Amino acid sequence: MSNLTYTVIFYLFAAITVFSAAFVVFSRNVIYSAFSLLFTFFGVAALYVYLSADFIAVTQVVVYVGGILVLLLFGVMFTKSIMNTDLKSDVLHIVPGTLIVAGIIGALLYTFYTTHGWMPSETQLHGSVVERIGFETMSHYVLPFEMVSILLLAALIGAAFLARFDKPDNKKS
Amino acid sequence: MTLAALPQFSIPLLMGNSLNVWSEALVGFSPMGLPLGMVILAAIPLVFIALYSLTYGVYGERKISAFMQDRLGPMEVGKWGILQTIADILKLLQKEDIVPTSADKFLFVIGPGVLFVGSFLAYAVLPFSSAFIGASLNVGLFFAIGIVAIEVVGILAAGWGSNNKWSLYGAVRSVAQIVSYEIPAGIALLCGAMMAGTLDMQKITMLQSGSYGFAHFYLFHSPIAWLPFLIYFIASLAEVNRAPFDIPEAESELVAGYFTEYSGMKFAVIFLAEYGSMFMVSAIISIVFLGGWNSPLPNIGSFALNEWTNGPVWGAFWIIMKGFFFIFVQMWLRWTLPRLRVDQLMYLCWKVLTPFAFVSFVLTAIWEIYVP
Repeated sequence: MSNLTYTVIFYLFAAITVFSAAFVVFSRNVIYSAFSLLFTFFGVAALYVYLSADFIAVTQVVVYVGGILVLLLFGVMFTKSIMNTDLKSDVLHIVPGTLIVAGIIGALLYTFYTTHGWMPSETQLHGSVVERIGFETMSHYVLPFEMVSILLLAALIGAAFLARFDKPDNKKS
Repeated sequence: MTLAALPQFSIPLLMGNSLNVWSEALVGFSPMGLPLGMVILAAIPLVFIALYSLTYGVYGERKISAFMQDRLGPMEVGKWGILQTIADILKLLQKEDIVPTSADKFLFVIGPGVLFVGSFLAYAVLPFSSAFIGASLNVGLFFAIGIVAIEVVGILAAGWGSNNKWSLYGAVRSVAQIVSYEIPAGIALLCGAMMAGTLDMQKITMLQSGSYGFAHFYLFHSPIAWLPFLIYFIASLAEVNRAPFDIPEAESELVAGYFTEYSGMKFAVIFLAEYGSMFMVSAIISIVFLGGWNSPLPNIGSFALNEWTNGPVWGAFWIIMKGFFFIFVQMWLRWTLPRLRVDQLMYLCWKVLTPFAFVSFVLTAIWEIYVP
């Protein structure tokens, strides 16, 4: 396969990511924004593939598309009258907003241009990345891993508690 | 197990039998710098889905359901009604493309497309033969489980875009069902991945080859392997919205669920997506638990049945046959079991399948560590 094909596909995915992200921001309709996020997440996953991080790419699809986007869509769909809500707020602070955006972009560009090149890792990747991730998670980073799992368990119990029926109340009514 | 362990029998014309020869030859094929081979590579599963859903999917399902109910099924068009599907497709092609006035035009139109893409993407990692796989990823199995998420978004787009309460109910039910059943399905497949020690579909299949045929399959690998197999099969029925888990399209309550408003070719695309995911889950279960493209026949003494029935072409035959067998079971169940209620569905997922999936996960882990 030629290098040109890779380049063309890369720019295709980059364009999909950027344009759909712009659509998310500029669309007047929340539901279109939410659906447009699908293409953004998918494009970002494709960019991860170009960084040879295929595990992260698939995780991106699973977590963002399968979890967050579906949750977001449910939230948007169950909101009353989304189609005719005016998203634009009445209070507009144009000058401070422009200043903050210009400041952030300037800071990012400054770091971008003053950082001298990339810093390639000394250890080369060999074989499957998945195994490395598994071994590292269960050996080096086992404490953060367990802490995150306890946090998620607590969130799960909390969600189940909130979603429960209130039994005594149910009987009365 | 290395490449050399692959069965040596093959037809000379088909470029030997080292791993992925066909697909790599296709990727290398790029006349005038255009990656035509890659396009063909991606088109092969597409043509396969179309052909199989035309023949076995629609016609087979109608005939099978007819025979199970002591009917004859389609008999008018052609001998035994063989041409019935073609007539149906011609009718669907000619139909007017109706978009309801109150529907959300954009979402209504892209919904079936996103749905089909979601079910088709997983075919990229299904090894159709020892010589053919779309992309031999080392995260293949994970990709196949995860990419279903796109299908979920397609269903929501179709259901919400139709602007119809039945469609929306069907879509919401379907999504709730798919998202919940992903958990037992994923854990059950993890048991298979644990037995193999890899997520690469081609490697998982290769590890199950051997001269005793079916005895090397992961279904017979440990005394508890049947449990994740069964859990994945049940969960996969729910993931593709097949009976007894077809409450998203329960005709007695919701007309036709999220595709109530669709007609003509859009309806056909939705059905293509459904048949696509039916074969996808059947192929995944046969790859992880039933050896994929490996022949199930054992060598008996000098009758080297296993060697005779292995090779790239036989591999394609075996995996498609295994997939078709599970599709037959799906159709069989559809006409055998009554539909579950919504609460029964969630009860089955969270209180039966998920705990048993965890049990089988732990038992498989113990087996893998302590039994050599």
